[in-house]
Amino acid sequence: MALREDRVTMAHGGGGKAMRDLIAEVFAAVFQPPGMEDQARLMTEALQVPGARLALTTDSFVVAPMEFPGGDIGKIAVCGTVNDLAVGGARPLWLAAAFIIEEGTEIALLRRIAASMQREAEAAGVRIVTGDTKVVERGKGDGVFVTTTGVGVIAPGLDLRAEAIRPGDVAIVNGVLGDHGATILAARGDMALSTAIESDCAALGHLMQGVLAACPDLRAARDATRGGLASALNELAAAAGVGVVLEEDVLPLRAEVRGVCEILGLDPLYLANEGRLVVFVPEAAAEAVLAAMRAHPEGAGACVIGRAVADHPGMVVMRTPFGGTRIVDMLVGEQLPRIC
Amino acid sequence: MKYASEFRDPKAARALLAEIAATCDRIGATRDKPVHIMEICGGHTHAIFRYGLDRLTHPGIEFIHGPGCPVCVLPMARVDECVELAERPEVIFCTFGDAMRVPGHRKSLLQAKAAGADIRMVYSPLDALEIARRNPAREVVFFGLGFETTTPSTALSIQAAAREGLGNFSVFCNHITVPEPIKALLDDPDMVLDGFVGPGHVSMVIGTHPYDFIARDYGKPIVVAGFEPTDLLQSVLMVLRQIEAGRAEVENQYARVVPEHGNPVSLAAIADVYERRPSFEWRGLGEIDASGLRIRDAYRAFDAEAKFGIGYGAAQGRTVVPEAEGCACGAVMTGRMKPTACPQFGKGCTPDMPLGALMVSSEGACAAYWQYGGARGVAAR
Repeated sequence: MALREDRVTMAHGGGGKAMRDLIAEVFAAVFQPPGMEDQARLMTEALQVPGARLALTTDSFVVAPMEFPGGDIGKIAVCGTVNDLAVGGARPLWLAAAFIIEEGTEIALLRRIAASMQREAEAAGVRIVTGDTKVVERGKGDGVFVTTTGVGVIAPGLDLRAEAIRPGDVAIVNGVLGDHGATILAARGDMALSTAIESDCAALGHLMQGVLAACPDLRAARDATRGGLASALNELAAAAGVGVVLEEDVLPLRAEVRGVCEILGLDPLYLANEGRLVVFVPEAAAEAVLAAMRAHPEGAGACVIGRAVADHPGMVVMRTPFGGTRIVDMLVGEQLPRIC
Repeated sequence: MKYASEFRDPKAARALLAEIAATCDRIGATRDKPVHIMEICGGHTHAIFRYGLDRLTHPGIEFIHGPGCPVCVLPMARVDECVELAERPEVIFCTFGDAMRVPGHRKSLLQAKAAGADIRMVYSPLDALEIARRNPAREVVFFGLGFETTTPSTALSIQAAAREGLGNFSVFCNHITVPEPIKALLDDPDMVLDGFVGPGHVSMVIGTHPYDFIARDYGKPIVVAGFEPTDLLQSVLMVLRQIEAGRAEVENQYARVVPEHGNPVSLAAIADVYERRPSFEWRGLGEIDASGLRIRDAYRAFDAEAKFGIGYGAAQGRTVVPEAEGCACGAVMTGRMKPTACPQFGKGCTPDMPLGALMVSSEGACAAYWQYGGARGVAAR
């Protein structure tokens, strides 16, 4: 073991031996990239099919606390980028991972993050093939920031896009909403809330492939991350020029998540998810898609939540159990807890 | 939250709605000649719109939205004073999230934070107390804000600071009381109010008797209400039944939470720490006698107004500044104007670019109209 220190020092970012040791021991030994050149050199048969396309996406991850019930920043960094590829119809293949590490960060924490990333990558069928580290002075960062860039392949003829959504299409989610956001709120410990909720953080590549197999004319899919389901639906409605009607009494929400939201005055539709997506499918395919989702553990709670309509284009509306309706808008800033 | 779901039962709600409609018909309430019921609390305003109760109730019911949103009733000058405090280099300014986006003349707290002020969002004044313990070299100021619901927790934090001798903790006190502005509204000859739905969480602390004057002196019914849809519908029905029977009484619909005489422990803490100000400025209502609380001399060391010579504690007296040009928050908040009748609604004033607090506070009437879409059809988007 060349790495002696317990914590990251500025030397680990200095370009010398300390940095090499950190990268080799903490990251490369775990990820086992195909080479240690500055670039990964990649080939896949899927790309040689005429009409196949490359998909490329990138996302940066910051979360406090870095470890929480049901996951950690490493798991989110893999799942988030895998999911961004998956909802575009791509089969996720490779990831690059870059770490901005604050001086003083425990090396044991970095090891746990790396192990978690590798575990998640294997489960999702992707490889972490290249990466980078930078060290910033204490106070200039917040523990560890992770950026992952993902590459995948889209099969010929597949073209998921919001514009394809038609009035009458059915909206389906793969499980209960808001678990991740509620977990993070509770884990911050500010409210002395103790809950048994765990983050929903999960890679959805396999689930999406199953959905596509069951419904080749799937219209569009979106992962409901920051801003929650409400933001994902608003983006889709605006891009498609359709209205969306949700039914409040069928929205899948855990009692604990409802409870956290009641106490803090938050709306669960805006809570972040890290393993939830919403798809729009032709009505005739709804049952097949539900069955395909439920065949995966991360789709066990799949259900229909509403549909696209010709009325109020660009607007998401929720029907309450009383027959009233209300607009489910884009979030302006972040959700702020209320006074009383 | 099974406790909440039974109060959201659509079947129970439909039965109440039918009963409300029948009562309206019997007393001759119509769209043109409606019964004006003021829900005082912003939490009630939001519940009404969230569940679409405004459109489900008989057209003979007109909800008038009251001044019960603590962020909304703060005059802009008070927000400016917060920003001024927060910008002092030695200060860590702690606030509920609600108040962050409310515009001041120069900036909101959110903008002040982005410009470098040390502003922390907390969930309770006890969090601010903890920040003060951990930062002995800094001055920690808690933005004490709200009606009788939040006043006890601020009082308890001041008592704790006094016990611990925590000299770097103070409260910028903006605590206000519900009965006084209601009296001011009832004294206004322009206001037409036939009955009230009273704020349940406030009565959890103060009980129901502080509202006796509404029935006794003004002859208006008031029903202290819970916050679930069937709570509200039942309370509206109780108000209507009083009107039908020619009664004017204080009734308690929220008896599962509200004791008649309030919470003695909270009331004792309030009495120990606070006294009434001679008057306090309200947005849209002006100075109202005895409507605000200040920290007693015994706890003066924890009073940010005295400590920093700001607001009512300023040596040269408080600066009174006008509200933003074209902002009708005052008229909306006192029920004189519907949010959608404000010429700025959805045009010069949106949640992204608010002119006044009512558009951004989680209990603001304009925010309710905007968020739940009661009026988006007529608003330019």
